[in-house]
Amino acid sequence: MKKWANIEHRLVPCLFLAALLLVWQAVVESGLIARYILPSPQDVVIALVEILPVLKGHIMVTLQEALAGFGIAILLAIVLAVVMDNVPLVKKALYPLIIISQTVPIIALAPLFGMWFGYYMLPKIIVVVLVCFFPIVISLLHGLGSADKDMLNLLKSMGASRLQVFRLVKFPASMVNFFSGLRIAATYSIMGAVIGEWLGGTAGLGLYMLRAKHSYALDRVFATILVIVLFSMAVFQVISLMQYLLMPWQRKMQNDK
Amino acid sequence: MSSYRKNREKLVVKDLRKSFDDLLVVDGVSLKLGEHEFVSLIGPSGSGKSTIFNIIAGLLSPDDGKVIIEGEDYTGRTGRVSYMYQKDLLLPWKKVIDNVCLPLVISGRSWPEARRQVQKYFPLFGLEGFEDRYPFQLSGGMRQRAALMRTYMFSSDIILLDEPFGGLDAITKSKMQDWLLEVLNKLQASILFITHDIEEAIFLSDRIYVLSGRPASVKDEVIIDLPKPRTKDLITSREFNAIKRYILDIL
Ligand SMILES: Nc1ncnc2c1ncn2[C@@H]1O[C@H](COP(=O)(O)OP(=O)(O)OP(=O)(O)O)[C@@H](O)[C@H]1O
Ligand SMILES: [Mg+2]
Repeated sequence: MKKWANIEHRLVPCLFLAALLLVWQAVVESGLIARYILPSPQDVVIALVEILPVLKGHIMVTLQEALAGFGIAILLAIVLAVVMDNVPLVKKALYPLIIISQTVPIIALAPLFGMWFGYYMLPKIIVVVLVCFFPIVISLLHGLGSADKDMLNLLKSMGASRLQVFRLVKFPASMVNFFSGLRIAATYSIMGAVIGEWLGGTAGLGLYMLRAKHSYALDRVFATILVIVLFSMAVFQVISLMQYLLMPWQRKMQNDK
Repeated sequence: MSSYRKNREKLVVKDLRKSFDDLLVVDGVSLKLGEHEFVSLIGPSGSGKSTIFNIIAGLLSPDDGKVIIEGEDYTGRTGRVSYMYQKDLLLPWKKVIDNVCLPLVISGRSWPEARRQVQKYFPLFGLEGFEDRYPFQLSGGMRQRAALMRTYMFSSDIILLDEPFGGLDAITKSKMQDWLLEVLNKLQASILFITHDIEEAIFLSDRIYVLSGRPASVKDEVIIDLPKPRTKDLITSREFNAIKRYILDIL
């Protein structure tokens, strides 16, 4: 029964997606919508195969920007969350600022990054850091604060140092939250790099997409989007895999249910 | 003769007073615990028993009063007594063996060394074969025993147990009490024990402090002069029931 529920869980969205693609294909084939306005799924796949040799270089650039930005965001977020969790004054001072910073539209700000940081990878990495940082720091802070007070006291009663309390209780207790923040940030990372590339540069998927759009090659635009989606999902899956490996207790808990 | 009179005092609590905001929770409680003595605190729910333990363990500072251990002032200082909370508080992300190792690791031993050291106690605590399970894979009774084992590994000569069998069914509880007495015989520790259960208190204790409702104060002190080692037959005996009647009347 459980097994079937599991299969059903995966099968239903796949079938739905397949049905959607079929309808899309049929609509375009029948001529209801002109091909230069909306390419069919088949056109997109053909275009993807065609442009893949050229795209490879751009993919590498975007991936590098996204992963570098994501990595820096993770480090920054961990450092900041740990400091904020340990020094209440810092938390009081920074927490509202971090929230407000999220209301600043990055798209509006990003063109300035070109002026400030040039047109190579740095401004793109900064965009990625800015979009990824927020979900990680907020979820980690929340996680660190969610540790059971009695558990913390128990460790103190055993004479544990602050560092020991952090390592043994606070950090593990925050892992579930931390990973949900990481997964959200992971999906943002590639997109952040692409947005950065739209605003100027010499390589990357975002730049390629712009060029394809300017030459009205919508099949190539869609093919690039497909690549972005696939890579975003891949980063997401890597994070989920890491969680699976790093949190064996949770995995077993879910299996037992 | 209770061992209280025979032996010197291990722990003395003097005139503890504690309020949370405007709520007076502990009102002038004084207690004594002799060497190798088993003393229970019994009192209504919410009266302030756990608060007294938190103060003795040094996690809370009293507004007034002192905690003296072997003649030294330990008020507000942690790390001296073994303390088992009302909840089992096993870390869900650590295997049973690592949970039990915790006090050893905190005091500076490496994980492998600590694991080697605790291994031999698993049969005594009835957890043999469950070393590598996670806490959620254990039954309630096993979790309590694991928590007790962790408390024991702190290896202090003073142990505070806050309703260790509170959440258990009558059958498991009765087994755990027999087992606790057996373990305690080997331990040679001095124990303060909180319970709601009068029979449990009489069965296990050398002495019982009966506390009032909130704010907690000591209403009476009852010396249990029943012979040891004790078995469950005792519970139906006349002396046992006389003591039970007496405590019920106070409460
Ligand atoms: N940290 C705290 N802040 C504020 N109030 C508290 C705190 N800890 C306990 N109290 C209050 O103090 C009172 C006594 O609590 P305590 O946990 O000591 O009772 P208890 O005798 O152990 O009860 P039980 O038998 O139900 O475990 C309760 O009314 C509780 O709400
Ligand atoms: Mg309590």
